[in-house]
Amino acid sequence: MANNIGRVKVREQEPFIRGKNFEEVCLGYNSEEAILEASRCLNCKNPKCVSACPVKIKIPSFIEKIKGGNFYESFEILSEDTSLPAVCGRVCPQETQCEGSCILGIKGEAVAIGKLERFVADYVRHNPKVLKSNEIIRNGLKVAVIGSGPAGLACAYDLAKMGYDITIFESLHKPGGVLTYGIPEFRLPKAEVVEKEIDKLKDLGIKIETDVFIGRTITIDELFDQENFKAAFIGSGAGLPQFPNVIGENLNGVFSANEFLTRNNLMRAFDNEYDTPFFCGKKVCVVGGGNVAMDAARTALRCGAEVTLVYRRSEKELPARREEVHHAVEEGVKFELLTNPIEIKGDEKGWVKSIVCVRMELGEPDSSGRRSPIPIKGSEFEIETDSVIVALGTKINRIIADTTPGMEVDSKGRIIVENTATSRKGVFAGGDVVTGAATVILAMGEGRKAASAIDKYIKSLK
Amino acid sequence: MYKILVKKQLTPLIYYMEIDAPRVAASAKPGQFLIVKSSEKGERIPLTICDYDSSKGVISIVIQIVGASSYKICMLKEGEYLDNVLGPLGKPSDFMDFTDEQLKNRRYIFIAGGVGSAPIYPQVKYLYNKGVYVDVIIGARNKDLLVMEDQMRNVCNNLYVCTDDGSKGEKGLVTNLLERLIENGEKYDSGVAIGPMVMMKFVTLSAKKYNLPLVVSLNTLMVDGTGMCGACRVSVAGKMKFACVDGPEFNAYDVDFDEAMRRQRIYNDFEDVENKKLGLDTLLKR
Repeated sequence: MANNIGRVKVREQEPFIRGKNFEEVCLGYNSEEAILEASRCLNCKNPKCVSACPVKIKIPSFIEKIKGGNFYESFEILSEDTSLPAVCGRVCPQETQCEGSCILGIKGEAVAIGKLERFVADYVRHNPKVLKSNEIIRNGLKVAVIGSGPAGLACAYDLAKMGYDITIFESLHKPGGVLTYGIPEFRLPKAEVVEKEIDKLKDLGIKIETDVFIGRTITIDELFDQENFKAAFIGSGAGLPQFPNVIGENLNGVFSANEFLTRNNLMRAFDNEYDTPFFCGKKVCVVGGGNVAMDAARTALRCGAEVTLVYRRSEKELPARREEVHHAVEEGVKFELLTNPIEIKGDEKGWVKSIVCVRMELGEPDSSGRRSPIPIKGSEFEIETDSVIVALGTKINRIIADTTPGMEVDSKGRIIVENTATSRKGVFAGGDVVTGAATVILAMGEGRKAASAIDKYIKSLK
Repeated sequence: MYKILVKKQLTPLIYYMEIDAPRVAASAKPGQFLIVKSSEKGERIPLTICDYDSSKGVISIVIQIVGASSYKICMLKEGEYLDNVLGPLGKPSDFMDFTDEQLKNRRYIFIAGGVGSAPIYPQVKYLYNKGVYVDVIIGARNKDLLVMEDQMRNVCNNLYVCTDDGSKGEKGLVTNLLERLIENGEKYDSGVAIGPMVMMKFVTLSAKKYNLPLVVSLNTLMVDGTGMCGACRVSVAGKMKFACVDGPEFNAYDVDFDEAMRRQRIYNDFEDVENKKLGLDTLLKR
């Protein structure tokens, strides 16, 4: 065991090169690097990493197989618990989950679990081979999965393996949810990674119907009554973008991060072959400090803009993953921390001209436990900018709840669940629509929980 | 993939299509709209629903060439396919909540500008078939932008037609016609105006003179059409609303039309370049 070696560094595109392209930033391990990194794993008897993983991947076991170069067997172990290893290996906040609990991390550096997961998934995708799969005994019972994002995909995967007849309904023209419209190409390649992982679900017999907006195109009641679905899982995601509620937020050139990213990721505005209208500007100001804000800032940078990111708390409180912040800094995004926008000013034609901000200081902790920012009087200043991209989170889209009689929501419109079951019989929910905006992996964890709850529910009907 | 079953050219710039879209046809109601994408690399654009037949699983659209994306849709042939048709989107018209009893004695006036006659058609038809009194005004810049006249005549009490240049119907604006009808003693309980943003703005000003309750349907920019992007946000009674999920219909008096018109122009420069590439710049004068 090579515990005396440090964590194997992963190769990345150089910041000054990658800041000008949409190719993936992280290049991943090769076989030798992966085997070396895997050798650092202590194979703990009581693996803390597994309990910290929302989908409970058998981490020491899949890493053990890498040590011996048995990448296909490693992949089979991963596949028992996740349908999206190439995705999770790229976008999970490992530092606060599996890697955050790794024993090696106490005195040194944690095992690069995420990078190893990604390696195995990429290796098997690049070197395809028919793997032994347990034969699925189909029961013909129909379950509807609403939304093809992480929660829905995870739920569909588990249910399909149990033998259910699954149809995923997606409102956009491509499946994947936030993996497709939200997370940029340079962090999560679409054709190469997302589409391929979703194709594997289709191979299990899962049907995906795009262009179906549940609540408008068809309701959950109609799915039950007219199309013989026995249960439904709602994983429809976070919903409506929030704006800062300042003067000038409807000026031309103010975009939600959702719009800015959707135009680029789903609609591929950066590729001239697509018809997608797009405006970025030479100077861009991004408001917010989460992963979405980092994605928007780094996308604008790649479109050639000079980017300033404004966040009201300090660096320590940035909700984004460390790696994303680090990458953004390396690529040249300018951070204005402890700063909050108070007004957006426009020119005579109604286009953004500047953003007026105020400096903040941290006061007492608020309900979230983070110290709440307080404006410093007289510290107002102006940043000249051509556009403002707002990444301040989302509000729940109520359409499904409003069109499903008997489904209770809380004061914020979030669907109320008990172990993923909603108050409406046969209807389950999980992911952002229940928790508010969170991460890919937490949504997947809820999707898995819902799958086993749905299985129990349907069996109880007989 | 959604098959184009029927395609007709109505005027040099306006086309009619019947599309195989059973799920949309089964759920569509007056007041709702679609998001359509012509091909893999096309743009998602909002379009109005002109008619629907749930028994056949067919919807009809009327589409005017206003830029590259609408041009590409219009150039598809009968028997070819649209990549994506999402809908019905938005809330149905508010009168859908009224009982027949409540509707019975009401008198409606619909005012359509250009292809705005397409989205008002299912509304007018719905009300007229319920025995509601419905008058309709259709106006356009010229006869090449005037459509749906014959169909509309069959589903309303009186149809009034006007064009800015007098090439069809009477010469004048829809606002002149509306004001004259009311001045001449026509009484309406409710009005609905659908057309270009600027037309709806001026119809609102005319209606205000006579305290005529008025609803408008906002054709804002959109991407997903499901509430996710916020491109369609409008100020309504001073509050931010999303046309795709809160609308598209709003109380006309609450709408900030100047802001809405300005926001519609966000991508004009981009679109001018695209239109030029396709040689559409001479065809379309802004």
